[in-house]
Amino acid sequence: MSDNQFYESFEELQLTRNDLDSKELVLNMGPQHPSTHGVLRVILKLDGEKVNGLECVIGYLHRGIEKVAESRTWAQFAPFVDRLDYTAAVANNFGYCLAVEKLLGLEIPKRAQYLRVILTELARIASHQVWLGTHVLDIGAVTPLFYAFRDRETILNVFEKYCGARLTTHSFRIGGCRWDAYEGFSREVLGICDDLGPRIHEYANLITGNRIWLQRTKNVGYISAADCLSYGITGPVLRASGVGLDLRKAQPYSSYEDFEFDIPTGANCDTFDRYMVRIEEMRQSIRIIRQAVEGLPEGPIIARVPKVIKPPVGEVYVSTEAPKGELGYFLVSDGTAQPYRMRVRPPSFINLQALEKMAKGGLVADVVAIIGTLDIVLGEVDR
Amino acid sequence: MSEVPEGNPPKPASEKVPVAPAPAAAAAPAPKPGPQPWQCEMVQQLKAVYGSAIREAATFAGQNYLIADRSICRQLLATLCAEHGYDRLTDLTAVHYPKDDLPIEMVWILYSMSGNVRVRVKVRFGDGEEVPTVTDHWVGANWMEREVYDMFGVRFAGHPDMRRILLPDEWTGYPLRKDYDLQKQDTDWVRKNLGIESGQ
Repeated sequence: MSDNQFYESFEELQLTRNDLDSKELVLNMGPQHPSTHGVLRVILKLDGEKVNGLECVIGYLHRGIEKVAESRTWAQFAPFVDRLDYTAAVANNFGYCLAVEKLLGLEIPKRAQYLRVILTELARIASHQVWLGTHVLDIGAVTPLFYAFRDRETILNVFEKYCGARLTTHSFRIGGCRWDAYEGFSREVLGICDDLGPRIHEYANLITGNRIWLQRTKNVGYISAADCLSYGITGPVLRASGVGLDLRKAQPYSSYEDFEFDIPTGANCDTFDRYMVRIEEMRQSIRIIRQAVEGLPEGPIIARVPKVIKPPVGEVYVSTEAPKGELGYFLVSDGTAQPYRMRVRPPSFINLQALEKMAKGGLVADVVAIIGTLDIVLGEVDR
Repeated sequence: MSEVPEGNPPKPASEKVPVAPAPAAAAAPAPKPGPQPWQCEMVQQLKAVYGSAIREAATFAGQNYLIADRSICRQLLATLCAEHGYDRLTDLTAVHYPKDDLPIEMVWILYSMSGNVRVRVKVRFGDGEEVPTVTDHWVGANWMEREVYDMFGVRFAGHPDMRRILLPDEWTGYPLRKDYDLQKQDTDWVRKNLGIESGQ
């Protein structure tokens, strides 16, 4: 390389540098990034530290679940839904079973309804513990992760004893439950409830008043109630914006009307309020579990379901309040043993769409906090 | 803690009787009644405005739906949103019926926050026909419409960013159409981008 050439390229370099200062910097984040909680790719457009815009690239985990459903029988497909939101597989299974039961017009025995509520609420707590641990870790606090995962373990042990699996449980069947509560189930679950109360207090003690935590979450990721409505956002994110919509209360299913519980809401629409809402939701779940265990009725655990399930021609949309938001199943039956069409309304997919709105204008460091606070699971986003 | 505390059983004990599984079991094999006509004030108003373009208003399994003509699709959704309180778009999807004249059935599931009720709007479209977008009413429809395009090849007129969302941009074919085989894939794409013969 001659000197001349060197200088030419050096000048060029200077030129590009100056351009960089005034131009937008495009930064790629993911799909392999610890704080995207899976394989989410975000293309950030930055002006220094400020986020001018961003684009989500998704689909890395797309497995074609909806297409698979069309070639399986109604019962065969049930284990697949566990692979959507794998941090709360029980809740997915619950929604699917309810939807098929609605199509069949089945009435579920009360004991099965209560058992389902107990396990789903346990799954909600476990899901929120995963959220808490990873979200706080993303922001820089390492310890709460271990506390949350330690306590989640006790819940996973209950799942394991109940159905043999810890994460992708396939715990329910169309018509009720496959297994009755094992011996000592009530004692164990009530024991978890007794332990968890003080432990949730412990998490909150560690985090809530922490100055760094407050600075990183207060007024970060603002989204108003009107925007939530327009984006179709549901779950804790919606409730932290002051809208107390919870399908367990609004359209009770599976005996939720029997239990007393409150719907925590926020007012500031920010990451901190979403944190507070989820912490309180864990406490409310404990309340529900206690009531359900103490009032667990005797009786059969599964309705009489034909061996080959052939629902009548028709379509239903059934949604439940999953830990992430409204999880809906839109089923179309043509009267055969296989679904004609099975559509999942995934709360993570729809909530993730608001990431751009929430992160725009903020700092690049806050993008990580906002991904965490949306509590997405890529298995559900990509299906 | 006792195994099952004795303090609370009156409620479950009394409910055990009506929830006996026998009636449910009897109901399951019996042919379920099909859709019933749905009559209410709102349906009458809509019929007064749109006439026969509202093809059907029915209830199935306790859920209400409207079948409408594609000519009024956009106005109907706007009216339901603005005048009848169905202010939230819960979901938007499509179903493919390849044997029918109008093979694409679009489904909008709306929810009314104030009334706590849902309604489904179903409209049939022809193959290759453009469906009007609803992104101007609900921003959240953006990704849902992109997914319908990705999976069914239905394009939305007026959509700000009509691209694939879950599958790679260069993928050919629309997997959720009934003529797309379960094992089918874009072999060229797989060979070129993954360097393998088959993804199966």
